[in-house]
Amino acid sequence: MSTRPLRASSGGCDPAGALRQPLRILLAKVGLDGHDMGVKVLARALRDAGFEVIYTGLRQSVEAVARTAVTEDVDAVGLSILSGVHVVQTRKMVAALVTAGRGRIPVLVGGVIPRGDVESLRAAGAAGVFPSGEPLDRVVERIRATLLARAGEGTDER
Amino acid sequence: MSDQAPPKLSFESASGIPLRPSYGPDDVSELDPARDLGEPGQYPFTRGLYPTMYRERLWTMRQYAGFGGPEDTNARFRFLLGQGQTGLSLAFDLPTQLGYDSDDPEVEDEVGRLGVSVDTVEDIEEIFAGIPLDRVSTSFTINATAAPILAMLLVCAERRGVAWDRVRGTIQNDILKEYIARGTHIFPPGPAVRLAGDTVAFCCEQAPKVYPISISGGHMSEAGASPVQELAYTLADAIAYVEALVARGVEVDRFAPRLSFLFCTHQDFFEEIAKYRAARRLWASIMRERFGARLPESLHFRVFAGGGGSDLARREPLNNIVRTTMKLLAGVLGGVQSATVTPYDEAFALPTEGSQRIALRTQQIIAYETGVPTVADPLGGSYFIEALTRDVERAAQAIIRQVDEGGGMVAAIERGDPQRAILDRAHRTQARIASGEKPIVGVNCFADEGQADREPELLHGASPEVVARQRERLQTVRRRRDGARVEAALGALRRAAEGTENLFPLVLEAVRAEATIGEITRALREVFGEYKAAPGL
Repeated sequence: MSTRPLRASSGGCDPAGALRQPLRILLAKVGLDGHDMGVKVLARALRDAGFEVIYTGLRQSVEAVARTAVTEDVDAVGLSILSGVHVVQTRKMVAALVTAGRGRIPVLVGGVIPRGDVESLRAAGAAGVFPSGEPLDRVVERIRATLLARAGEGTDER
Repeated sequence: MSDQAPPKLSFESASGIPLRPSYGPDDVSELDPARDLGEPGQYPFTRGLYPTMYRERLWTMRQYAGFGGPEDTNARFRFLLGQGQTGLSLAFDLPTQLGYDSDDPEVEDEVGRLGVSVDTVEDIEEIFAGIPLDRVSTSFTINATAAPILAMLLVCAERRGVAWDRVRGTIQNDILKEYIARGTHIFPPGPAVRLAGDTVAFCCEQAPKVYPISISGGHMSEAGASPVQELAYTLADAIAYVEALVARGVEVDRFAPRLSFLFCTHQDFFEEIAKYRAARRLWASIMRERFGARLPESLHFRVFAGGGGSDLARREPLNNIVRTTMKLLAGVLGGVQSATVTPYDEAFALPTEGSQRIALRTQQIIAYETGVPTVADPLGGSYFIEALTRDVERAAQAIIRQVDEGGGMVAAIERGDPQRAILDRAHRTQARIASGEKPIVGVNCFADEGQADREPELLHGASPEVVARQRERLQTVRRRRDGARVEAALGALRRAAEGTENLFPLVLEAVRAEATIGEITRALREVFGEYKAAPGL
């Protein structure tokens, strides 16, 4: 069976109205957590909202995710973590992107995240934090807003 | 006064079955009570497995627990038993579920989180210190590594002088649903189903009080499956296991009485009751008509009703106590054999003793204060419940037929059919929550913004000391054991995995030699390989 990352896109239209390509996001499961229905639902919602979405599948190393982020030239990496290891995995993900020479790619983190960990995640380098329980449409809009704000801050090194 | 319009009521069931304003004789005109219902305790068991149901024996109250190291879990178990709990339910951390030792650098951050860490038989001995294995039954949520964990339980019994035919418990050992929903698979489906079957066949011979498989739909409904999908795909998985066991020459009445099931109860009160009733009728007929089972116990759909957490809310978390009470009530009215109530804080944290106590008290209040258990199947004969039971059954039958026509459940899983169907429904549900079409009180309606951030801040993992202690114990075992005996046992296991003999006795021997869960899994992985799921969207 194929383990190639899957890309899902609804086409070239970017509801943000800019001339650039649609926003591309790599969604990833790192660590041992096997619950991925949530991240798949989010993938579909982002696709419906005009994003190009690549999903890695389960149990990826942060190094493998960073490699895919580079080859797929994505605008963001989104981690879905339901197993409590969000802070340490975020730190590792950010470091792996730096090592891969793409430290400017923002890392977004969602899942079962206690409010008290939001600041720790920011400190670990997360550009956006999405604790469970937020309606899907709001999550999608916050992701878009985060990425557009980052894009406005300056050009990436790539 | 709120300026928001209240949400609209829905006139269909959670599975999408249209509901009428009221039901009467015309809605059940084709119902033949003798054929379709029977008395409680009689085929087709729609009304319950036993004639007097809870008068004879209440459902087993089993709260899910397990965290940190074996000592922490032992202390929580003793607390729960001291509070009047009647069975145990053990949660394992992810490294244990996936066959990694606690000192494996690949999994360093996950040890003792979400469940207890187990490396060797010594840890199982510690978890059950002071707990009699022949009197207290434990449910083990373990799948890909069910064989080594059960072997550890049996070796622990052996060391204590408890005969295997007196050991009680349930191991989940349902690998098929891991590919559909839960994601803790290791090997490809073929060898994984063989290993599960080896364990079932061994228990039928040598550990007859162990329920060696608990075929689970609860993880599918937690992932978004409707009650009808949960019912249908679980029975389709069960059919695949029965076929595999029959194919290896085990007689159906020999193992069928040892099969059990796990569902989760969700929020649609009446459809959940109908789901449990329909499940019993459907399973009894599948076992009798399709597999020719003769013993009444072979026809029994014995079910543990999990509490689930996906329909509990982080916001205003005390509301979850009301939700979980309704869920338990639906399960009891549906005639389940054992149940858990999810602690109100589990949607966002590891439950505390306090929240576990309320969950257990919820069970005790329904059992002893409400009068609900007094009469078997109290809703039987209700026009609505009987019509809904029939509709749920028919909808599930249609899905099972599709699976059969597509070559059975293993083929369906390899194609990703159930995965996709559940994802479709999960996606729809999220859209309905976002639009407000599916109300969640305190979240997308009647939301009190002032309450939003007032959730308790709770711990989510094991302390570094717990992890250090666990690794130290593992290293002590590695130092003192007979290395040659371990190597011989693992070598024999590898060779047997290449053939067709029952692997369970070889796993037992490796556990006796104090091989670790990581070593046993690695030996099997070398032969079976590892399954990589396609990341289908």
